[in-house]
Amino acid sequence: MSRRCWQRWRGEAVRVLRQYGLRLRRKRWRVRALRRSFELSSVVDRTRAIRHRDVLVFSVLRNERIRLPFFLDYYRRLGAGHFLMIDNASDDGSREYLAEQPDVSVWTTPASYKRARFGVDWLNHLQSRHGHGHWCLTVDVDEFFVYPFCDTRPLRGLTDWLDASAIRSFGAMLLDMYPKGPIDAVPYAEGQDPFEIACWFDSGNYTIRKNSLYGNLWIQGGPRARVVFPDRPEHAPALNKIPLVKWHRRYAWVSSTHTLLPRGLNLVYDEWGGEKASGVLLHAKWLSPFLAKAEEELTRRQHYAASREYRAYAARMDETRDLWCPWSERYVNWRQLEILGLMSKGNWA
Amino acid sequence: MSVGFVMLCHGTLHRAEAVARHWAEAGCPVVVHVDAKVPHARFAPFRARLAELPTVRFSRRYRCDWGTFSLVRATQTACETMLAEFPEVRHVYTASGACLPLRPVDELRAWLDARPGTDFIESVTTEDVPWTVGGLSHERFTLTFPFSFQRQRWLFDRWVGLQRRLGRRRSLPPGLTPHLGSQWWCLTRETLTAILTDPDRPRHDRFFSRVWIPDESYFQTLARRWSTDIEARSLTLSKFDFQGKPHIFYDDHLQLLRRSDCFLARKIWPEADKLYRHFLRPGAQPRTMAEPNPGKIDRLFGKATERRTRGRAGLYMQSRFPNEGWENGRTAGPYSVFQGFSELFEGFETWLSKTTGLRVHGHLFAPERVQFSGGDAVFNGALGDSAALRDYNPRAFLTNLVWNARGERQCFQFGPADRQEIGGVFAADPNAQVSVITGAWAIGLFRSDADFATLRREAARLQRIESRHLDLLRAHWVKARVRVWTLADFVAAPMEPLRDILDEITLRTLRGPTEAPRMVDLAGFGRFLQNLRNQGMQPTLMGDFPVQDDPAHRTGPRHRPYLVQ
Repeated sequence: MSRRCWQRWRGEAVRVLRQYGLRLRRKRWRVRALRRSFELSSVVDRTRAIRHRDVLVFSVLRNERIRLPFFLDYYRRLGAGHFLMIDNASDDGSREYLAEQPDVSVWTTPASYKRARFGVDWLNHLQSRHGHGHWCLTVDVDEFFVYPFCDTRPLRGLTDWLDASAIRSFGAMLLDMYPKGPIDAVPYAEGQDPFEIACWFDSGNYTIRKNSLYGNLWIQGGPRARVVFPDRPEHAPALNKIPLVKWHRRYAWVSSTHTLLPRGLNLVYDEWGGEKASGVLLHAKWLSPFLAKAEEELTRRQHYAASREYRAYAARMDETRDLWCPWSERYVNWRQLEILGLMSKGNWA
Repeated sequence: MSVGFVMLCHGTLHRAEAVARHWAEAGCPVVVHVDAKVPHARFAPFRARLAELPTVRFSRRYRCDWGTFSLVRATQTACETMLAEFPEVRHVYTASGACLPLRPVDELRAWLDARPGTDFIESVTTEDVPWTVGGLSHERFTLTFPFSFQRQRWLFDRWVGLQRRLGRRRSLPPGLTPHLGSQWWCLTRETLTAILTDPDRPRHDRFFSRVWIPDESYFQTLARRWSTDIEARSLTLSKFDFQGKPHIFYDDHLQLLRRSDCFLARKIWPEADKLYRHFLRPGAQPRTMAEPNPGKIDRLFGKATERRTRGRAGLYMQSRFPNEGWENGRTAGPYSVFQGFSELFEGFETWLSKTTGLRVHGHLFAPERVQFSGGDAVFNGALGDSAALRDYNPRAFLTNLVWNARGERQCFQFGPADRQEIGGVFAADPNAQVSVITGAWAIGLFRSDADFATLRREAARLQRIESRHLDLLRAHWVKARVRVWTLADFVAAPMEPLRDILDEITLRTLRGPTEAPRMVDLAGFGRFLQNLRNQGMQPTLMGDFPVQDDPAHRTGPRHRPYLVQ
């Protein structure tokens, strides 16, 4: 056998082995999701009301009562068909509030968020049961999905177009929004648009790396890298997300909504110079409810890397509590984000 | 005389119903074909609702699969119904259930009346077709396609490959030249009758039943045989993207569609309520005889395709992360790198920014912190000055900087004391203009008060780094515009190279620089270099400096040439 032939053969073998490895990994997450599914108990199950072509919203939350009204409103306005919410032992009335809503199904669990791999096991389970064949939008309660033409075309317009283009997953980077001045200067009122207060963002300080195993991009940067982790940039949180997926019961989230299996779902970017369509998740974390939460999370240690991020906030943010800088950009609309290069229309026109 | 519509419907029957009603109420005959895949439970009420209209007929239902002859069969049958039942029809227009009339039927009728014998059908020979999905144009006619493109893609591709390898070719029926075009056409009664009653029709049908996507070629080819007056364009506005699937129109396209002056548009998103409400509302539009003009829409969709296939130069983001060599421009615009200039000239950055009006940074890649212009802590795009953050991904730092400041040329200083990783990035970038005065770093050492042993070590280190950097700039893959001078050469005649650089940056210098930057005092520099040599370190990058003298200016006060001409 010639040397080149041997090399090619070996390359192919490595590829097949790796694919098989990923397949095993996906199966493992699926089994794990099934095991963890016993931790969930249904509060209100209205999933029978789900219609054939509905876009479903999935979310895991804990003590987010004050944010819920605007969250539900926002996605209802975009045309979400049903909300499937997992409540992780809230004690502020979140669960009760959700249970009253006509288009919401609620599950609750007192189990550990961390041991459920930050809620991913629960999501994998619920999505395989209720999300199969639907477009599923998986977001946190402080994440607001913005996509091209979202001011004139409902979610269904986007998903119909994705279907017609044979696209299965749609990327939307997390964009941290913050107010000008101390983040707790203006208190957030229930039902209020959080971006009336937190309307600033960083437009051009993001760095990207490719994850060769899963094929996804790893994006870091924004105010958290600039202010909280300027000396340890490798610790800055990941901002790449793939929130909108035409779900199939064989799919599995790997880590939060950053990475999926099978691997092809992570290819939401073009490698040959073109731009695929993409959106943005406006992240309304930096508001007054955050400080109380940060304190709680410090003691609970239920977040990623022993809540490292929260510890860093506590250390950094005590001094200024201000993320704003003279080059911060004020949010206008999705077209602005498109021009700045944070998202793209791709060939959707 | 009138125009009749043949409608081919697959889904979204409520929209098709509204459109059929719109035409029928305007007095146009409509023949509706509904895909046999639509269940009877949905078809029956649809038919019942339309049955009250006197000019609506339903043709025999066929099961339609994309790319197969069934679509032609459905069209033929519907057309036969139309010709038989409505003798007053002179033009037959084919439309789909996702079509929307943009102009009142009266206008279409008047427009067609002015062109009574003309067939409007896009019909192009296979050699001239730019939109060949799957790379098949002429082969659509000469190969066979027993497998479904959509459901049996693997088999489809293998079968095509096999036929190509075997060199298999079917021969065309005599007298036919293959033509392709949109299936949304408008033919005259004469042409259509000739096609449908042709004694050779069984043979044509047999041939076309094995052609791939025959609905884009059957009528297009046969019209060429029978028509006396073909205008090879479609009256239906229908645009395809780079994958060959039709662009969809939404509510926000309303103004664009209105101004296009096309008669029909396809394809409309079924939930575009505003479009349907606006264009189907009865009457009340001023009548015009404008020619269809889809230019604006062409531009819009052309831009979308361009964005999808080429993208924006220098942009790296979540949905555009090109592989090496596929960037279509590694950075968003031209920028300049200066090496050794700020060491040789006092206040070089200020001078440069005053002379050129450009943004001039200090050493962006200095090891301690990023030296943005004016000593700012943050720059455009909220780019921070943390060295750790920058060194985490220097390439992204540079591409971000240039992207954020699109439209404003960026200049920055670089030298062997800086982080070197970025050297390989800008060297390979055609947008970079790199100007190097080699050995200028020695001036800093020469003017410092540190003890000579330290200086000697530092000089050796910097020289090693700069040599490596210069090797890199001489590599065969370098794309940047690189200029290199030794310190001695530059000092001997500083204005000429400076002028070259500035001319290139500012494209046209309205007024040449009236003032040269002030060079630092180099008296004794030759001696300093000799001392280094005496200590066993060989300074090579500066060029030849006489030991005793400062070559730029031998005597007198410090030198500042004025350049007014």
